[in-house]
Amino acid sequence: MARTSTRDVAVLELHNVSKRYGRTLVLDKINLSLREHEVVCLIGASGSGKSTLLRCADLLEPVDAGSISLNGRAVHADDRDADATRRQLGIVFQGFSLFPHLTALENVALAPRVALGLSADAAARRSRALLKQLGLAAKANAYPDSLSGGQQQRVAIARALATEPKVLLLDEITSALDPVLVAEVLEALRTLATNGMTMLIATHEMAFAADVADRICYLESGRIVEEGTPERIFGSPRDARTRGFLKRVRSVGAGNAR
Amino acid sequence: MTAARSARKGTLVAVISTLAVATIVAISVGSSPSWPIVQKAFFDGTYFSTSLPEVVGAFAINIQLFVLAEILILPLGLLIALARSITNPAFTPLRIFATIYTDFFRGVPSILVIYVLGFGVPALRLPGVPKEPFFWALVTLVLIYSAYVSEVYRAGIESVHPSQERAARALGLTRVQALRFVVLPQALRRVVPPLLNDFIGLQKDTALVSILGVVEAFKQAQILKSANFNFTPLMTTALIFLVITIPMTRLLDRLAAKDRAAQQGGAR
Repeated sequence: MARTSTRDVAVLELHNVSKRYGRTLVLDKINLSLREHEVVCLIGASGSGKSTLLRCADLLEPVDAGSISLNGRAVHADDRDADATRRQLGIVFQGFSLFPHLTALENVALAPRVALGLSADAAARRSRALLKQLGLAAKANAYPDSLSGGQQQRVAIARALATEPKVLLLDEITSALDPVLVAEVLEALRTLATNGMTMLIATHEMAFAADVADRICYLESGRIVEEGTPERIFGSPRDARTRGFLKRVRSVGAGNAR
Repeated sequence: MTAARSARKGTLVAVISTLAVATIVAISVGSSPSWPIVQKAFFDGTYFSTSLPEVVGAFAINIQLFVLAEILILPLGLLIALARSITNPAFTPLRIFATIYTDFFRGVPSILVIYVLGFGVPALRLPGVPKEPFFWALVTLVLIYSAYVSEVYRAGIESVHPSQERAARALGLTRVQALRFVVLPQALRRVVPPLLNDFIGLQKDTALVSILGVVEAFKQAQILKSANFNFTPLMTTALIFLVITIPMTRLLDRLAAKDRAAQQGGAR
């Protein structure tokens, strides 16, 4: 599908991005652009390239071909100012990756203090506000290992938001949680979407994707096979591969493709 | 209640059985015909009390040696460990140097290094190079133990999962910031027990520098032994070393137990 209305400024844009690990092509000429306030969900089987796409977009992995732009400026993982670019992007991982030696508050405050150079006070104030927003005000001084999976993941979301990123990248952030905890994390994301956060979400939660996304991209073998509104992708998928994937997902059960 | 009572009963049994065995050993050793000879040569009360102040006085040298050495080894070992962890290709020579350094000093007998540096280098009579045995004793202990300690640090750094560094970099922290605020704090916490272990070794090895003529506790004991043809001063020295090292080993055990508990129970 052609890029959406070129008039709008893309916040994040991937142009013909390819990435290989050894001889395996994991991303194959990916074209994707996110406008401000847009929520895009990446769906597809494990190994289809969703996580790699997010990591490349966050400049955690250099791309082998193609280009990535942030606010219309080309950026690359090997850039001298890649760290500055990463501060404008937030990413949340499937495995939380909280810092176990720091409290919830310190986890969130680290990047504002160290990477943005805020004073300890200002960083703590910002972090408290974020924790409160994510329903974790009471857990500010708790260490990660005393928190539930859902709470840990919400701390990770707060941490990713602490540098006030322009785009939030979410990599299957509910996959490591049991179903009861999934709801509280998805609820947090819904609130972010309502508040206008630009998000790129890799997910296996089809019902959530249908609910929150402005656009759905179906990935297979490192390619975006089909993209469109949730109504269209879930209602009348055009590509046989998309139809096949959705059929498999639905046969497994309510929106859980694992 | 029952648990407390059975615990008390267990302690009682342990005390009785230990006392019984100790008595049997004492009686059988004490009644053996050669015991008086052994006692006179190794455990003579008079030689003990006369040697104690002299050996304790000389032990001040051992304390100076290991305290100074530990202060120097902690940062030096860390620098070597970091040099070995740098992946930037421009720093390859530094990495190779650090690797050769640790391989060499971990692989060569300590006493050989002490001998070569302590006798060999001052014999060159190079201008400006100190000749004091204490200086060379300190240098060799620092060189040898920095190699061991750097490996401890390195193991600690490598035990921190790479996802931690990735998460830090994703937040916009530079490589150095990620190391400083995320990787090292976790690594250092994990290496405290093995570091203490190396320091116990270091404290004992301060006796090796006696070959350079540094009159520390062991050398002092040797002097007293030769003067009186009695080994008791050496036993006195052993006792002094134990007074220092046993509390450290106990502390180490406690730290290790706490570590295990934290890993199993998630307690903090």
